[in-house]
Order: sequence, then structure tokens, then C-alpha cells
Amino acid sequence: MRKWASLEESVIRAFFLTCGILAVLVLVGIFATLLSTAVPAFKEIHLSEFLLKKNWDPTSPEKAEYGILSMIVSTLMVTGGALLLAVPIGIGVAAYLSDVAHWRVREIVKPIVEILAGIPSVVVGFLGIVLFGPAIAKIFHIGNGLNAVNGSVLLAIMSLPTIISISEDALNAVPQAYGEASLALGASRWQTLFRVKVPAALSGIIAACMLGMGRAIGETMTVLMATGNARAFPHGFLSSVRTMTANVAIELGEVPYDTTHYYALFAIGLVLFVMTFIVNLVADVILRKYQEREQ
Amino acid sequence: MNVETGIAKIETRDLDFYYGPTRALKRVNVSCYKNRVTAIIGPSGCGKSTFIRTLNRMNDVIPGTRVEGTILLDGKDVHAPDVDVVELRRRVGMVFQKPNPFPKSIFDNIAYGLRINGMKDKRKLEEVVVRSLRGAALWEEVKDRLDENAFALSGGQQQRLCIARALAVEPEVILFDEPCSAIDPIATAKVEDLIETLEKSYTVVIVTHNMQQAARVSDYTAFMMLGELVEFDVTEKIFTNPVNKLTEEYITGRFG
Ligand SMILES: Nc1ncnc2c1ncn2[C@@H]1O[C@H](COP(=O)(O)OP(=O)(O)O)[C@@H](O)[C@H]1O
Ligand SMILES: [Mg+2]
Repeated sequence: MRKWASLEESVIRAFFLTCGILAVLVLVGIFATLLSTAVPAFKEIHLSEFLLKKNWDPTSPEKAEYGILSMIVSTLMVTGGALLLAVPIGIGVAAYLSDVAHWRVREIVKPIVEILAGIPSVVVGFLGIVLFGPAIAKIFHIGNGLNAVNGSVLLAIMSLPTIISISEDALNAVPQAYGEASLALGASRWQTLFRVKVPAALSGIIAACMLGMGRAIGETMTVLMATGNARAFPHGFLSSVRTMTANVAIELGEVPYDTTHYYALFAIGLVLFVMTFIVNLVADVILRKYQEREQ
Repeated sequence: MNVETGIAKIETRDLDFYYGPTRALKRVNVSCYKNRVTAIIGPSGCGKSTFIRTLNRMNDVIPGTRVEGTILLDGKDVHAPDVDVVELRRRVGMVFQKPNPFPKSIFDNIAYGLRINGMKDKRKLEEVVVRSLRGAALWEEVKDRLDENAFALSGGQQQRLCIARALAVEPEVILFDEPCSAIDPIATAKVEDLIETLEKSYTVVIVTHNMQQAARVSDYTAFMMLGELVEFDVTEKIFTNPVNKLTEEYITGRFG
């Protein structure tokens, strides 16, 4: 009996160890492939030129240009705009669901929100073209509504389910005793929510926002369809923009293999990878700091 | 019942309480006198917590509950339409069974009640924090670590922190719901001493399942069973010469 138990133990341990190693290998593999395919681009392009120049024109017959700053800024604008919309709304809805809504309302709304997370990005992009685009054009009196605002709105919609669902779980996990203590001190329901419950759930809420941002920053199809894809450096949120992801998706199908242009597209992927990595790292540091304080 | 008459700070009249269809309190009539400690004793599940939580309307937040009868605070019905429940809870503070500090620093825990009332003046806040910690006999133990998280304190210290937090908003009444059941005997002794000092400035109501504790700290005792008030009298009388047979059986430990 003892032997079996210990054998079972070691088999299980080996299984999980293998899974863990596999996950790390896959990640390292992706990074290595990306890196090795991206590096040849820098034989002809200066890294500083690549990151800091605004013009991207790899197929110009006179002088090919490989600056991705416009795309980086576009990506940051669209993602940042999305977060600006999605974070307050997401936390608000999560707070409503966990604290205000009747349990029956919650029981119906929460699964619906979670289903929303599964809507294909093409469908969301479609909404951007037929619904939000014309609406934005009308509101701001511009020719067409395929621009950064449109992308931000759509990405906000796409990241909301994640933010709502995980924030709500975090708020529900806050011990009831905190809320009772606050109410018993003469705090109103709102004060209790925003001064006790939300801070106590903050690590979960930050994680929720980061996951939502992760979804937004890497999203391709939606922004490709809804932001207009102009290469120019954006002047504001009403400019048509081309994000890094959209650019890779647009050009990768037609670029000749083994050219600087080809490798440069992978270099864009690498930059994107590094950006998401930094976002996650920052989130992790914030979370750890916060949790340390809580202990 | 021949209870000596003082000034009743809180008075309940035919108080009924329902959790949905379940009646948890039946026509409870108790008076809690100013600057006195009133103990509520009785077997587990008899409605002690329910009773004490109706006094500051903490049960309002539980869906599907209902109160009948009257609760008077300084002679005024706490369920009157013009009573602000937030204001009521500020006047009638509460300390819970399990210490429940916020996951904040010691300082912020105590300052919480003031900050929600809009006090920002740092100097004033400090003053109140120090006074409250002194009042809760915790100052000496924590004076050098006010910025530390409250969770770093021991259970007994956390409970006194919760008392300090309640004191900071300057309530008139403090309700204790089995404040010592989750802490060790030494900490219990400290909290009991503290309750006796609080009596001078506050009206205290304490739920306890520990009869020695009731005998030690209280001036009046209410004995409850199955949601009903069996006997209410001066503590000494309840413990030496109870009128009701059930009370006698309970305090002599024949059931419970
Ligand atoms: N939230 C609740 N919902 C329904 N019934 C409850 C609730 N809280 C307490 N009760 C019931 O009310 C009665 C009194 O409980 P309680 O006041 O907690 O007793 P005590 O504090 O004396 O142990 C018990 O029968 C208990 O099951
Ligand atoms: Mg109880």
C-alpha cells in the first residue's frame, strides 16, 4: 500500500513537472523562433531607426523605409483608449453585480457577460464597420468613422467581459466581515464598496485589467477592420491608424520570402512580444508589492 | 421584574425578528441603561446575535428579514422614517465575534471611521488614533508600529484594535457580540478589563455564552432561550436568586 502510494505520488509529480517544463519550452521556442526570424532584419535596418522613425514604406522603389513608431503609437493609443473606457465601466459593472444587483439578476447577467468573451473578433470588427463607424462619423462630423476611437471602443467591448468577470470574482472573495465592519462604523454602502471592498479586491481587479489589456494589445482582426489602417503618424484619436498587429496581418500574406521586409514584419512581432511581456511584468510587480503589503 | 430604574439608553418593546418565515425573536423587552453593562446570555442559537444586531440595524443588510415591535434609542424609534441608519450606526458601534480589522495599517484602521466622515486634518486624525488606542488599552503595544498591517497583530490585539476603531467615531453605545470567543484567555482578561472601563463613558451591551464573563463584567443580565427573553434583571440577582426555573437550570449548567 505504502509503495503504491509513493509510486503514485512520484508519477503525479513527474506529470506536472513535465507539463510545467513543456509550457516553458513552448514559450522559449516561440521567443527563439521570433528572435531568429527577426534578427536578419537588423542587418539592413538600424534598431534605433526601426523603433524611432515614423515612416514605414518597405516597398518604395527609391528608398525603402522601416520605421514603426507610427504603429507603436497607434497600438498604444488604441489599447490605452480601450482601457480608459473598459476599466471604469468594468469595475463599475463588477461592483454592481457583486454588491447591488439582486442575486437573480447576477445569475442571469454574469453568464451572458462570460459568453460575450467568446464572440469572434471578426464579428466585433463587423460591428465597428456597420454600427460604430457611422455613429462616430456622425457624432464628430467626419467623413468616416474608421479610426482610433472606433478601435478603442471595440477593444473595450472585447476586454470588458474579462475585466467584469474576474473583478467580480475578486470582489466576491472579499470577506463579508470587512463590509460588516465598515457598515458598523457608520459608512454608507458606497463608502464601504469603494473604500473597503475594492481596495481589498485590488490585486484581483488589477489582474483582471491586465488580462483585458493583454487581449486588447494583441487583437488583430478587429482593429484591422475598424481603424482604417492609414500608415501616417496619428494626429489624434480621430485619425485613421494602423496598429502593429494589423500591419503584420496586412503585409505578411504578400511579402516575398527572405527579404528584409519579411524579416522586419517578424521584428514587429518581436516588439509586440516584448511589449506584452513588459505589461505582464509590471502587473506582476504591482501585484506582488500589493500582496506583500497585505500580509 | 423588579429592575432598578436608571436612564434607559436603549429600550426594546415587543421586539420580533424574522429571517424570512422563521421567527428568531419573540416579543423581547430589554432595557440597556446608560453607563451600565448589559449582558445577553443563553444557549447557542437562541437569538443573542440577532437581538444585538437589530439594535444598530445591522440585520437590515440581510435580504428577506423583517423587524416588528420597537427599539428606542434615547426614547426615539430607530426605525422611524427620519432616522438615518448610517448615523444610527455611528452612535451605536459594534465589535464582532471574530476580530475583523481591515487589510490596512493599524493607523488607517482606526482613522477609517473619521475619514469616511470627511476628516482630513492629519494632526486631528493622529490625536484621535492615539486616544482610541489608549482607550482600548492597546497603545503601549503598538505605538511604534502604527504603519504596520493590522494583520500582523495577534488575535487579542486585533480585537482590541477593533474596539479602538469603534471608539474612534465616538459612539454612545457599544455592542459586543461574543468578543472573546475567538481569542485566548489572557487576551480575554484584557478585553474584560477594558469593557469595565468603557462602562464609565458608554452604554455597553455584550453577548456572551460564558456565564462567568457575564457575572464578572455586567450590571444587568438578560437570559434568552429560543428567541424569547426568559428573565432580565440585575446580574447579581440572576446569578444568585433567579426567578425563573429555566434561568436557574441554565446558570447552574444543567443545559446549555
Ligand atoms: N442569516 C440568517 N438567516 C436565517 N436564519 C438565521 C440567520 N442568522 C441566524 N439565523 C437563525 O436565527 C436563530 C438565532 O440565531 P443567532 O441570533 O445567531 O443565535 P445566537 O447568537 O444566540 O447563537 C438561529 O436559529 C439561527 O439559525
Ligand atoms: Mg451568535
